[in-house]
Amino acid sequence: MDPRFLWLFAGVGGILLVASIIGAILSRTVKSEGGRETVRNLNERVRAWWVMVAIFGIAFVFGKVVTLVLFGLTSFYCLREFISLTPTRPADHGALAIAFYIFLPLQYYLIGIDWLALFSIAIPVYAFLLLPVAAAVRGETADFLMRTAKIQWALMLTVYCISHAPALLILNIPGYEGQNFLLLFFLVTVVQLSDVLQYVFGKLFGRHKVAPRVSPAKTWEGLIGGGLSAIAVGAGLWWITPFTPLEAAGMAAAIVIAGFCGGIVLSAVKRSLGAKDWGTMIEGHGGALDRMDSVSFAAPLFFHLCNYFFAA
Amino acid sequence: MIRLLLFAATRFLVGGHPRWQGSEPTSRQRIYFANHGSHLDTVLLWSALPPDLRETTHPVAAADYWGRNALARFVSTHVLNAVLLQRRPKKGEDPLRPLRDILDSGESLIIFPEGTRGDEPLPRGFKGGLHHLARDYPRAELIPVYLENLSRAWPKGTLIPVPISCSVRFGPPLPFAPDEAKPAFLDRARQAVVALA
Repeated sequence: MDPRFLWLFAGVGGILLVASIIGAILSRTVKSEGGRETVRNLNERVRAWWVMVAIFGIAFVFGKVVTLVLFGLTSFYCLREFISLTPTRPADHGALAIAFYIFLPLQYYLIGIDWLALFSIAIPVYAFLLLPVAAAVRGETADFLMRTAKIQWALMLTVYCISHAPALLILNIPGYEGQNFLLLFFLVTVVQLSDVLQYVFGKLFGRHKVAPRVSPAKTWEGLIGGGLSAIAVGAGLWWITPFTPLEAAGMAAAIVIAGFCGGIVLSAVKRSLGAKDWGTMIEGHGGALDRMDSVSFAAPLFFHLCNYFFAA
Repeated sequence: MIRLLLFAATRFLVGGHPRWQGSEPTSRQRIYFANHGSHLDTVLLWSALPPDLRETTHPVAAADYWGRNALARFVSTHVLNAVLLQRRPKKGEDPLRPLRDILDSGESLIIFPEGTRGDEPLPRGFKGGLHHLARDYPRAELIPVYLENLSRAWPKGTLIPVPISCSVRFGPPLPFAPDEAKPAFLDRARQAVVALA
C-alpha cells in the first residue's frame, strides 16, 4: 500500500478530531441565540465530513467499482432531491424514469468500462434529445420547454457534473499510473475545505455580501480568506499530485472559484424552486445536494484541466 | 423478511418520512383516512407507523386489485396486514363487514375514502363508508393523513415508480358530531386532509 494514503487519512482524521473537540467545547460554552445556530451548523458540517472521510476510506480500500457505486448513490440522492423540489407533472413520468433508470447507471457504467468518449456525450447529447421525446409523446404541451429544461438541468448537475469526480480515476496520466485516487482526494479536499473555510472566515470577518439575495452567507471576506487558505492547502498537497507546487496552487484556485460559482448557482436554483435547503423534505437533515453543490461545478473543470494539460 | 425488503425498497425510492402534526402515535383505536394517488400509498402509510402500532393497524385494500391472484393476496393480507374490501358487493351483503370485524376487535384501520386512486395531488370527494364507521364506532379517533408527492412518484397508469421524496403527514383528530349531515361530515373530513397539504 502507498504509505501516502495512510499519512493523508491520518492527517484528515487528526484535523477532524480537533474540529470535533472544538465543536463540542463551543456547544457547551456559547450561549447567545445566533452563536448557537452557528455552532450547530459547524458541528453538522464536521459530522458530514466524518461521513465523507469514512466513505472515502471505504472507496479507497475496495477500489474503483465501490467508488463508482458510492458516487452513483450520491448522484441518485442529489437527483431525487432536485426532482422532489421541482414540480413535475404526470406526463413527465416517462422522462424521469429514463433519467433515473437509464442515464444515471449508464453514466457510471461508462466510467467503469473506460469509455471516455461516450461518457462525455451520453447526457449532453443523447439524454438531451431523448428526454423531450419521452415527454412529447405523452401529448402534454403546457410548460413543455420549462419542464424539459428542469429535468435536463437536474440530470446535468447531479449526474453528469458529479460523475466527473470519479472519472478522474480513468485519466491516463504518464508517470502517475495507479495513483489517480489521489487526484480525487485532492479535488474533494480542496472543494470541501474551501467551503468550510469560506464559512468560517465569513463568520469571523464577513462584512460585504457577494450576492445577498441569492446566498446571504457568502461574503467577499469569506471568499478571499477561505479561498486563499484552501489554495495554500492545495499547493501544500502538490506531492500527492502530478503537479508542481505552482501548478497545484493554480488547480486549487480553479477548484475554489468553480466551487464558489456552483454554490451560488445552485443556491439560486434552489431559491427559484422556493426552498432554503435541498433537504427540506426531511426535517432536521441538510440535503445531499447542499454538500455537493460546489463539487458539481468544480469536478468537470478540474477533470478537463487535468485531461488537457496532463493526460496522455 | 419480505416486509423488510419491501420497506427498504420503498424508503430507497420515495423516502416516506412520517410527520406528526397535531397527533402523536398511540395505541388507542384509530381510523386513519388519507388521500389516494398511487399503489405505494398503502405500504408507505403503514410503514410510517411505529412498528408496534403496525401489528394492530390494518390498511383497507380493494379486493379486485389486491386479491386478484395468490401473490397479491399474500402480499396484502400477510405482509401488509391488510383487510380486503369488495368495491362492488353482492346484494344484501354489508361491504363494511370485514372492517367492522377489525374495529369490533379493538384494532385500527387505514382507509382511503376516495375509493380509487386520483390523478391530482389533492383528494376528490370522499365516499360514505367513513361516515358509517365514524358513526358506529365513536370511540375510534379519526386521524386525517396527507400523503405528499406520491401521485407524482407513481402516477396512475404508469408501470414503475420514480424516486421522488414523499412524506406522510398525520393531522389532529377530527371530531365527530352525531347530528351532522353525512355530506357535511364527508366534506369536513376531506378538508382536514387538504389542510395538511
